[in-house]
Amino acid sequence: MSEGVVRLGGVTDFPPDPVIVAGLRSGDEEVFALLLDEWSRGMLRLARSYVSTAASAEEVVQDTWLAVIRAVGTFEGRSSLRTWVYRILVNTARRRGERESRTIPVSSVDGERPDGVPPERAEGGPEGAALAGEVRALIDKAVGTLPSRQRAVITLRDMEGYGSEEVCEILSISPANQRVLLHRARAAVRDHLAAYYDGRGGP
Amino acid sequence: MNCDEFAELVTAYLDDALDDSSRPLFLDHMARCSGCTGYYGQFTAAITALGELPAPGLSPKARSHLLTAFREASSEKPE
Ligand SMILES: [Zn+2]
Repeated sequence: MSEGVVRLGGVTDFPPDPVIVAGLRSGDEEVFALLLDEWSRGMLRLARSYVSTAASAEEVVQDTWLAVIRAVGTFEGRSSLRTWVYRILVNTARRRGERESRTIPVSSVDGERPDGVPPERAEGGPEGAALAGEVRALIDKAVGTLPSRQRAVITLRDMEGYGSEEVCEILSISPANQRVLLHRARAAVRDHLAAYYDGRGGP
Repeated sequence: MNCDEFAELVTAYLDDALDDSSRPLFLDHMARCSGCTGYYGQFTAAITALGELPAPGLSPKARSHLLTAFREASSEKPE
């Protein structure tokens, strides 16, 4: 397995599932580290659709990887490995989100600032960089206001770039439902941006 | 097709999921309506911007915790 990873030059060279699964089952730490580094960012984002804080999302991702370590022996290849891992993540995150919604007062959830991107606005930097930082913060905020089902779909489709078929499989929803959720989410983000640009006098 | 109907179909259009009868109506409306052309531009700009958001990764602590867990699980497994 090791050669496969050493030659790895980018996402396109990502080893195929059977190679990854064999590596995980044989305890190849390099393979596990590769997966962690490739998928955890997307997993954190997706988890954040269901739970109320970034710290909570990280715990969901950790629990998911621990479950993957335990269960990789049972992976049968009926979906892609990534879909399988993401489905475990979604189940874990949903359960935790439901627990949180019973125990955390709504006001404290609403009051939290959208996490993720610190408004990395280069101080004294060029106007363009400041603007890009503002737009990012705005989009982040817009995404943070979405209902979790919409947020999960827009995270996977537009932020992570997954195809609609895989998204339907990960979230166990129909193609038509997926499209409705994605469209509502995009329209809401567009509305936030439009309001911002109107205030500034154009894009 | 009116402007509201147009706005509802943008994602279906982008996913190449419009049926043969709706697609020409959608394109025809866009060609005639500057408001919807603008909406379409903002909609696709939002999608592009979403794809460019930076994503934070796992904390170093969580990462090393998981690598340790993997190592321990592997050494426990009977080969
Ligand atoms: Zn129109």
